[in-house]
Formats: sequence, structure tokens, C-alpha cells
Amino acid sequence: MREPTPWDRVFDLVISATGDTVYMVGIATLLAALGGIPLGIVLHMTSPTGLSPRRITHRVLGAVVDVGRSLPFVVLLVVLSAFTRALVQTTIGPTAVIVPLTVGAVPFVARLVESALREVNVAVVEAAITTGASRLRLVRSVLLREAGPALVAAIGVTAVTLIGYSAMAGVIGGGGLGDLAIRHGYQRNDERILLASVLVLGGLAWLTQLTSDFIARTIDRRRSALRV
Amino acid sequence: MITVENLTKSFPGKGDHVLALDGVSLSVPAGTVCGVVGPSGAGKSTLARCVALLERPDRGSIRVEGVDLVALRGRELRDARRRIGVVPQGDSLLRQRTAAGNVALPLESAGMAAPARRARVAELLDLVGLTNKAGSYPDQLSGGQRQRVAVARALAASPSVLLADEPTSALDPETTGSVLAVLDRVRSELGVTVLVVTHDMAVVRRICDDVAVLEAGRVVEHGKVLDLLTQPGSRITASLLPEVDQAGSTPREVGQYDVVAEVVLVGFAAVGALLPEAAHRHDVELAILGGGLTRLGETPVARFKIGINGERSERALSWLAERDAVIRRAPRDIGGLAA
Ligand SMILES: Nc1ncnc2c1ncn2[C@@H]1O[C@H](COP(=O)(O)OP(=O)(O)OP(=O)(O)O)[C@@H](O)[C@H]1O
Ligand SMILES: [Mg+2]
Repeated sequence: MREPTPWDRVFDLVISATGDTVYMVGIATLLAALGGIPLGIVLHMTSPTGLSPRRITHRVLGAVVDVGRSLPFVVLLVVLSAFTRALVQTTIGPTAVIVPLTVGAVPFVARLVESALREVNVAVVEAAITTGASRLRLVRSVLLREAGPALVAAIGVTAVTLIGYSAMAGVIGGGGLGDLAIRHGYQRNDERILLASVLVLGGLAWLTQLTSDFIARTIDRRRSALRV
Repeated sequence: MITVENLTKSFPGKGDHVLALDGVSLSVPAGTVCGVVGPSGAGKSTLARCVALLERPDRGSIRVEGVDLVALRGRELRDARRRIGVVPQGDSLLRQRTAAGNVALPLESAGMAAPARRARVAELLDLVGLTNKAGSYPDQLSGGQRQRVAVARALAASPSVLLADEPTSALDPETTGSVLAVLDRVRSELGVTVLVVTHDMAVVRRICDDVAVLEAGRVVEHGKVLDLLTQPGSRITASLLPEVDQAGSTPREVGQYDVVAEVVLVGFAAVGALLPEAAHRHDVELAILGGGLTRLGETPVARFKIGINGERSERALSWLAERDAVIRRAPRDIGGLAA
């Protein structure tokens, strides 16, 4: 039996791993939003009930997105390693993990965005159309603004999901809290590290959800939001 | 001025097509209010949506101020939409924007600069009596207030034409009054031509100059409300005028009179003085057995069931008819009036 790792050492390890996780998930969420939101908008616009119905485009994009979404993250991690190396010159560490995280999250965000936009009341959009608004204005001032709270919630859900995925990246030495929990905690049977990293991981997910709920509620002007 | 000619619109349905509009022609003179009434599914909303340029008709033309709008596309279509104010059926305000923000939307579309926009929005909110609600969100407004914001939004870009689809359908009579008052001001103060779809005859009575009855996609009746009233066989007269068969006019009582008839009187003078004068001139006893008084816009209108006793009863009745009272005789032996 080894001596248990001293708490201050546990603390240092967890802090550093938390930084890695926040970095990976933060950047991946940002990139996924940058890619997924436009993709979701296009998916919605081209749908039969959208502002510019394009059946073929919609079908093809939808198929690509669904295939992307159905690939298990662990598979992406492996399959994308060549691509990752080409992009960031390494396949291990947090920066390398951002690549598969982003690729996995873009189609996820796209579908969430599409369904958020679909929820915007058709009568409201039509009323805006009758004001002579251009398509760009309809997207920006009507669709995105009316769906704002749902979009924030979608990004929140994505971030929480990515926290989970980033932990899986520990399996291939991706760094971050999951890596710490698996390699230091589990494989070396270090209960303190295992416990601390799992707790912080859970807390991080919880905090992320709380923040996204708060922002969604703050920007929502519907009655349910005013009742707080 | 709105001119709709031979408008036809069908929707693909299960098996055969649904013919929602079947050669509708309609003309609304500038500065007047035209009501479109008819049973559910008659095609009223489809007509309104075609004129609002939300739906492309299969055939026919829609001209506003003489310009045919059916064939327009792209930028021209958007510019044309700005010249037609629309109050859609149901809730249509952006829920994430304030009342002022909603009213500003058409002005943003038109590219108006922010300071001018603010001034115009204030003006419009004043017109609909909601200056103090500028910063409220739709969910903080009552149904009637929301509808008035929708009217203000529809008017923002100074359209010459306003379309309203069931603007009062979800409102109680009092709130309906506030919305109708706004529509009335729109016509009288701004000279806007208004087309209003409604199933509520109170709307027709209060603000409509003309009315069109739509049934199964066809216009079955169209004309000035006051003209239709006096036209025999008109479908809407019955629903516009007060009921005649009320308590107190039982067949037995009706049987006491030499002549029983239903009279429709239009206008202040007729409603006020015609019946007593007829009785006086012809020396007959004239009793009102039922019916009542209402108003069409500013014009008082009455429908009464009258009973006349005396030698010159028939003369009195013809005298009334000569003075433009619309008379419908009740078959004497039945004793009651056919509805
Ligand atoms: N988008 C559509 N697709 C298919 N059928 C439609 C569509 N819109 C309307 N219709 C059909 O066209 C007919 C006319 O509908 P419309 O909505 O114009 O009726 P309405 O007179 O406004 O009725 P209501 O008083 O109930 O509002 C109906 O038979 C309806 O089912
Ligand atoms: Mg309708």
C-alpha cells in the first residue's frame, strides 16, 4: 500500500486538470457554435417549411449531419487522429482533443439549432415577412432573436455534453479531469484523486448548466421568464 | 384602393385539390372599410393572405393603387409588402421585443435611421393609445393591447392599405370596441383603405362601409352595408339587424291587428319620426310588436315588427314604403312572421 497523495498535491493536479478541461470544452463549444449555428440555420431555411425551401440541399445536409451525430465519440477520436495531427501537429493533449470534440459537436449543435428555429411561431415570422423584411433581417432580427433562449439552452447542453466527452478523451491521454480520474485515480488506485476529479467534473457540468439556464432566462422576455 | 380580380387559389389536398378561392373579384374604394364575412373555411383568410402577398394565387390579379402585385418578386415584392399593412389572424408580435420594438420592425426593414424611427414609433403608439406601454413586452400586454400594437406595426411604414384578419376574434366586446375605434381612426384620420376579415357582425356594424360575403371560395354578395340592408333576400341583413321575434309578440297578440309587417328603417329621420307620422296621417293605431334599434357606423337603423289597426292600415303601409322603409308583410292567417 502506497502513501495516499497529499491533499495539496491533489489540489494542484485537479486545478491544472480543470484548466485543461475548461480550455478544451470552452474552445470546442465556441467552435461548435460557430460551425453549428450557421449549419442549423441553413438546415431550417432549406426545410419544406423554411424561408427558402430546397429539398435536395436539405436532405443531403440532413444526412451528413445525422451520420456525423451518430458516430460514437470514441470512434471520432481514433478516426480523426490523422486529421488532428495535420491540423495541430499532435494527437495527444488538450489541444488535440479539441478537434474531435468540435467535429462531434457541430452536427449536434446544428440539429438543436434547427429545432429551436422550427419552434418559432410561424404567424410571428409571417407577420415579419409582411413588413417587407429581407431574408437576412428575418434570420437575424426574428428567428435568432425569438429563438434566443432556446439557442442559449442548446449551447449549454452542448457544453455539458462536451464536458462528458472530454472526460472520455482521458482514455487516449487527452488531458483534463477525465484523464486525471482515469490515469491517476483509477489505474493507480488513488482514491483521493479519483474522488476529487470526479467531483470537480460533476460540479463543472452543473455550473455550466446553471449558467446557461441563467443566461437563457435573463434574455427571455416571455411571461414564464418574468415570473422568477 | 384595392382591386381583386378573378382570384383563384387552390391547395394540394388528399386526392383532389382544395379550391379555397374560386374566382373572387372585389373592389375596395380608397379610404373605405370593407368587411369580409362568411362561414369558417369559406376562404376569408386565404383571400387576406393573398392580398398580403403571403400566398401566391393560381390566377387573377391583385392591384393596390393600380399596381398589379401578383407577379412581383425579390426586392420589388418586399417594397410592395411595405405598402400593405397586415394585422394577421392570431398572436403575431415578436415576444422577445417590446411594443415599441415590434412597431419599429417595418421601419427597420425600410432602412429608416434610428432617431426618425423612434419619433415615428412614438407617433404610432400614440395613435393606438399605448404610449405608456412602449416598453412592455407582448406577454405583459392584454389581448386588446397586443392587437393594437399589431395595428400600429401594420401602419408603421405608412401603407395606403390595411388588412386585418379577425382582429377581434379573441376579444371581449369591450376590448373589441377599443380595437375597432383604432381601426375607425385609421380610416378617418389617415385615409387608409381597410379590408377586415371577421365573423363578428358587430365589426361590420361598427366600422364597415362595404361588406362582401364569401361562401365556398366565391363572393355571393358584395355591396354597401346600407344598400344590402334594404335589399330583399340579402343574406346578411338578418344578422346585421335586431331580432324581431321577441317576447311580447305572441301570435295571439299579432292576431289582433289588421296588418302585421316587418319594417326596416334607415337613417336618423326615418327611425325617429316615420312610424308616428304614418299613424298620425292615416289615423291608424300603430303598435311596435318587436324588434329594435341599432347603429351602422353613425347611421341609426331599426327593424321593427309593427301591427296596424284601422281602415287605412294598408294606405299607411304603402306610405311607409314610399318613404324608403323596407316592408315585409306577414301572412295574415299564420299570424307570425316568417324569419
Ligand atoms: N395552407 C393550406 N393548405 C391546405 N389547405 C388550406 C391551406 N390554407 C387554407 N386551406 C383550405 O382552404 C379553405 C379556406 O381556408 P381559410 O383559412 O381561408 O378559411 P377562413 O374563411 O379563413 O376560415 P375561418 O373563419 O375558420 O378562419 C379551407 O378549406 C382550408 O382547409
Ligand atoms: Mg381565417
